[in-house]
Amino acid sequence: MSERTSTSNEQRYRRRTDGEATEPPGETTAATEREPPTDAEAAETTSTEPTDSTGDDEPADTAVGARPTGAQATVAALEAAGVEHVFGVQGGAIMPVYDALYDADPYHVTMAHEQGAAHAADAYGQVTGRPGVCMATSGPGATNLVTGIADANMDSDPMVALTGQVPTEFVGNDAFQETDTVGVTRPITKTNFFAGEADTVGATVGEALAIAASGRPGPTLVDLPKDVTTGETTRRPQPADEPVTEDPPAADEESVARAARALAEADRPLILSGGGVTKGDASAELRAFATEFGIPVTTTMPGIGTFPEDEDLSLSWAGMHGTGYANMAISHTDCLLAVGTRFDDRLTGGIETFAPDAEVVHVDIDPAEISKNVHADYPLVGDAGTVLDQLDAALPDAFETAGRSPDDYEEWRQSCTDWKAEYPLTYATPDDEPLKPQFVVEATDELTPDDTLVTTGVGQHQMWAAQFWTYTEPRTYISSHGLGTMGYGLPAAIGAKVAAPDRDVVCFDGDGSFLMTLQELAVAVRENLDITVVVLNNEAIGMVRQWQDAFFEGRRMASEYPWVPDFASLAEAFGAKGFTLSEYDDTADTLRAAIEYDGPSVVDAHVDPAENVYPMVPSGGDNCQFALSEDQL
Amino acid sequence: MSQQGSPERPNTAPRATGQHPEQRDRPAGRRSSQGIRIDPQAEATHEPRRTTISALVRHEPGVLAEVSGLVSRRQFNIESLTVGSTTNPETARITLVIDEPEPGVRQVERQLAKLRPVISVGELDDDEVRRELVVLKVHGDRPGDVRAVTEMYDGTTLDAGPRTITVEITGDEQTIDDAIDAFAQFGIRELARTGHTALARGATWTTPDEQERYEKQRGSEGAQ
Repeated sequence: MSERTSTSNEQRYRRRTDGEATEPPGETTAATEREPPTDAEAAETTSTEPTDSTGDDEPADTAVGARPTGAQATVAALEAAGVEHVFGVQGGAIMPVYDALYDADPYHVTMAHEQGAAHAADAYGQVTGRPGVCMATSGPGATNLVTGIADANMDSDPMVALTGQVPTEFVGNDAFQETDTVGVTRPITKTNFFAGEADTVGATVGEALAIAASGRPGPTLVDLPKDVTTGETTRRPQPADEPVTEDPPAADEESVARAARALAEADRPLILSGGGVTKGDASAELRAFATEFGIPVTTTMPGIGTFPEDEDLSLSWAGMHGTGYANMAISHTDCLLAVGTRFDDRLTGGIETFAPDAEVVHVDIDPAEISKNVHADYPLVGDAGTVLDQLDAALPDAFETAGRSPDDYEEWRQSCTDWKAEYPLTYATPDDEPLKPQFVVEATDELTPDDTLVTTGVGQHQMWAAQFWTYTEPRTYISSHGLGTMGYGLPAAIGAKVAAPDRDVVCFDGDGSFLMTLQELAVAVRENLDITVVVLNNEAIGMVRQWQDAFFEGRRMASEYPWVPDFASLAEAFGAKGFTLSEYDDTADTLRAAIEYDGPSVVDAHVDPAENVYPMVPSGGDNCQFALSEDQL
Repeated sequence: MSQQGSPERPNTAPRATGQHPEQRDRPAGRRSSQGIRIDPQAEATHEPRRTTISALVRHEPGVLAEVSGLVSRRQFNIESLTVGSTTNPETARITLVIDEPEPGVRQVERQLAKLRPVISVGELDDDEVRRELVVLKVHGDRPGDVRAVTEMYDGTTLDAGPRTITVEITGDEQTIDDAIDAFAQFGIRELARTGHTALARGATWTTPDEQERYEKQRGSEGAQ
């Protein structure tokens, strides 16, 4: 999380704190009514305005005749942290918390399935940079969240999960709907908590929210036993302190100077911008730095949009299905400035051949990422934007000392330009072949504004959505990167639309991915969310089919879907608008109608089932040896 | 794209452009499997080494599960893991003996440091004070000989009866191994080893934050 976002959190907390501190002393009546001080004060409001701030000082209606509970403290902690939306599903053990939400500020979006709640919260976190909150009951509710929590963990997305739990005295007895949720989620959360008592649960929830957004973001979870949420408390949760973290926002100056010298002495420098640039809101610093010194930029998939893909210096994204030119640049660079990336194997290919001539400058806020997968010659631990600014300040001196200038990179920039011409992203559209999925992506891009949010499932359609859409802003490609969760796209579109109601949201899905979570269409209709789902329907789990053709001698075991539902009719049955698309000539009109429809719409695009995703660096391969067709694998 | 025009079908174009993978320029360099660039002049290899990591942790439920879960899911090679209380009831010390190449040792330290209940992590140097304890139970038919071997290892007899004798030996790993060999002649019925526990030698603090915590605690005790 960037300094900026941390600051805004602090400001939000301060506003609340100030509000409490400046309660007019003259209001003795109100003060007497509030005796003893209640947690419910923060949960008091009966206003329906989600961002209401004037009601803060009003006495608690709900507290009359009843002592506030752990559940109210939980909800008060959400409000104190400025949480405006919660995604979840009701159930036995979480009922007290839902009951406390009845009168509270946060707007609850009831999802069809807990996995959908987790993905919606994850996408909400990706779009806003603030933790998305999801809720579920104990047992199956909690285990249904697990996929979404693991997804957030892999992508360092800020998220808080609140799970109901059986009463403390039943824990460990295999009670009805009991699961060891803390145990199950321990390896896939940044940290998790078992709430021990009503008096501390509010503070714990506040801490979980703060930790989720701090440093390198990630999911946290609070398990809430029913006796804790129904238990009485007189303690009112305060906004959590910023968690103590040893991650310094700025890197050590001497290390910065050394890294700057390495960049100045390089002939072929390359910036690799990762998800940390997105999370750290460091896109502006990145653009300024790269442009000032004329250094080409490639991104990882989570870094998509941090550098505008229509800029000359942009090489788009690198890795298994990244552009040929990005992968050529990675292989040939002699100094790689990697910012906020964990060097995932889908990016590096075989580690032995990854940027083999490069000195690596690695900027990351998480010290554990330094030299985890790729050795960092110049480790710079700190916030992405802060360190980029430090490098920006140090580089002119380094150039002077080295007797060089950014002009010395000119030959390298030319090589990158040549590779762009030599290995463009293309696809063929022969007359005798069906509609190409790449064209559907390009056409949708042309029909929508620049700040459109794109969500995806996982598979071929996800790669085409990344390759053939031109991203110019960060936080616009909302996807499941590290975990690769099929079914992410639709619930993510719901979370994205709730986070940014004024922006267009397009979900590219595959027929396989869509079939995994399409029940969430009911939610999109119920909430009247104006989203457009474009199903690139090739009647197969296409990526698996592609790998079977390439690596399993074409034995298409369990990858082809010989019969898929008519998604347009299905959409109509849900109360959404359904379209079917199968001809080039209808593409623009059909997509336009779907985008313009005020509400959820589904375009069932019947695309060429034989189409494959290229370029491709085979698993463990050498980046610069990407294949452009199956016979090159 | 920004222009909201009418998307037009692109011309048919050959799919593959550019050079065949085999014909492209490739850099000559390589990295090791640990991601370290191999210097053709002096190829550095990183052999696993045995070292002790000490972690001061919050004494709370789940902390052992958290540490052992981390070790197993990240496939760290671990020889021993022990946990015990400290002078402060709120903290416990976890001692890990690991066998990892250099990047792996740093990974263990940094990943441990990220766990919320972990307060401070340090790697001990070669000069550490390290001990292990074994309790072993042998047949009781040669009590005099058992006593002699126990004395040779500065051990203690914990229990002696007509059928079994139980002794305790404390020492470094080599001493314990040797003692077990020596007691084998009497027939070892059962044996339990504790694993290693260790502190830094002399005035050196075992983990980085310990001095500050010690002084804070002593200060607050003095104030009472």
